Amino acid sequence: MSQTCVEVRSEWSIVAARQAGRAVAKEIGFGSVDQARITTAISELARNIYLYAKVGEICIEKVVDANKVGVKVSASDDGPGIKDLRRVMEDGYTTSGGLGAGLPGVKRLMDEFFIDSKEGEGTKIHAVKWLR
Amino acid sequence: MEKTEVSLHEMYKSILEGYLHTGSEHALYEAQQFSRQLIKESMSPEEMVNLHIAVVQGLIPHLPTEVLAANDFLLEVMVSYGLAYREHQSLRDRQKQLESELAVAAKMQRELLPKDIPKNPALDIGIKTVAADVVSGDYYHFIEDENDHIGVGVADIIGKGVPAALSMSMIKYAIDSLPEQRLQPSALLENLNRVVEQNISSNMFITMIYGLYDLNKHTFHYSGAGHEPGFYYNHSSREFVDLKTKGIVLGVMKKAKFKEYEQKLEPGDLVILLSDGVTECRAENAFIERSDIVKMINKYVHLSAQEIVENVYSELEKFQNFELQDDFTLMILRREV
Repeated sequence: MSQTCVEVRSEWSIVAARQAGRAVAKEIGFGSVDQARITTAISELARNIYLYAKVGEICIEKVVDANKVGVKVSASDDGPGIKDLRRVMEDGYTTSGGLGAGLPGVKRLMDEFFIDSKEGEGTKIHAVKWLR
Repeated sequence: MEKTEVSLHEMYKSILEGYLHTGSEHALYEAQQFSRQLIKESMSPEEMVNLHIAVVQGLIPHLPTEVLAANDFLLEVMVSYGLAYREHQSLRDRQKQLESELAVAAKMQRELLPKDIPKNPALDIGIKTVAADVVSGDYYHFIEDENDHIGVGVADIIGKGVPAALSMSMIKYAIDSLPEQRLQPSALLENLNRVVEQNISSNMFITMIYGLYDLNKHTFHYSGAGHEPGFYYNHSSREFVDLKTKGIVLGVMKKAKFKEYEQKLEPGDLVILLSDGVTECRAENAFIERSDIVKMINKYVHLSAQEIVENVYSELEKFQNFELQDDFTLMILRREV
């Protein structure tokens, strides 16, 4: 299956990204709890783009490993980037002052999590959830 | 994991089924027991909602589609609760880890304090120090030299917790590394001031009182650096006098001078050194004054130096409802013969 990408530049596109993610998760065969988790993770990643980078992209694709299948969510932007990655990955860290799950939340919702960010150059994140 | 999920599913099914049939309080009691089980097995809120949805669908067939959709809606809402729950768990684990690290630091800190009180037939010494929190900002020191002098010091690091505890080790090692001729109170404080000024940040201060007891002449030479004044107790007149000192807090000025004072002691006389945690005790609507401390010491003055400090501490502890506001250190020296 090919990649589905959604450009994030408004709150509406967050909803579109969620929708795209849910469709793929459902098709792969994720149960309703995991569907909700994957969608929540996509939401958080898209919101981060919308709040901090203003513009970016969320891509969703089915991934197949030796004997497992899963969904991979990629988020990329050319925004301000993250200065201290270790700190944003700490529980309780927030810059928006809200009750967002933040990046540690996304990491918990998914099975695999990778982040790469350079100050001034942008942020790339991808996260995978495997079907059990 | 798989197995407990199955068994939790079965347990919940049978409890809920029982409740749907009987509506009894007993079934609700079982539900309460079940929720404890959930917490024990760290089941997250959204997993529980999912379990409920699955069990209800099994027990009540042909639910209206609106109810099924509403169930999915609830599940979506609960995902963020689940995240908050797990974040809470991880922060709690982290807290436990920090607490145990702090306990190790506190143990190391207690090991910085003198292990024994100097023993001499001419001088009875009592000391009591208690931290308000896990680690203390109070420090005391004893040195015995070969010329029949006993040096005693009480220091109070302004500020609490770990920064204070770290500074304490500096004070100890600085005193330990001074050559013997530098143990004269004014010289000792001048040296410490230099070490403190160079080594700790400008927003941290240390107050200290240091004195040298001459076992032959029975004189007490002392200097203070912005520290809570001690007391001299005259046994024959039963009077207490403040041991006032002039001298700036350690760490403020590069080259500070500390004036040295002398107090002669007769048999039965006391020298009392303390930290401000002793005199600044407060309960809900009462403060302890220095005069109250004097009264307490006077009440126990017929006891040994150690018994006096222990008794004063237990009175103040009760007064504060066993919640110390500040670190407590009280040292008493009594000339015996």
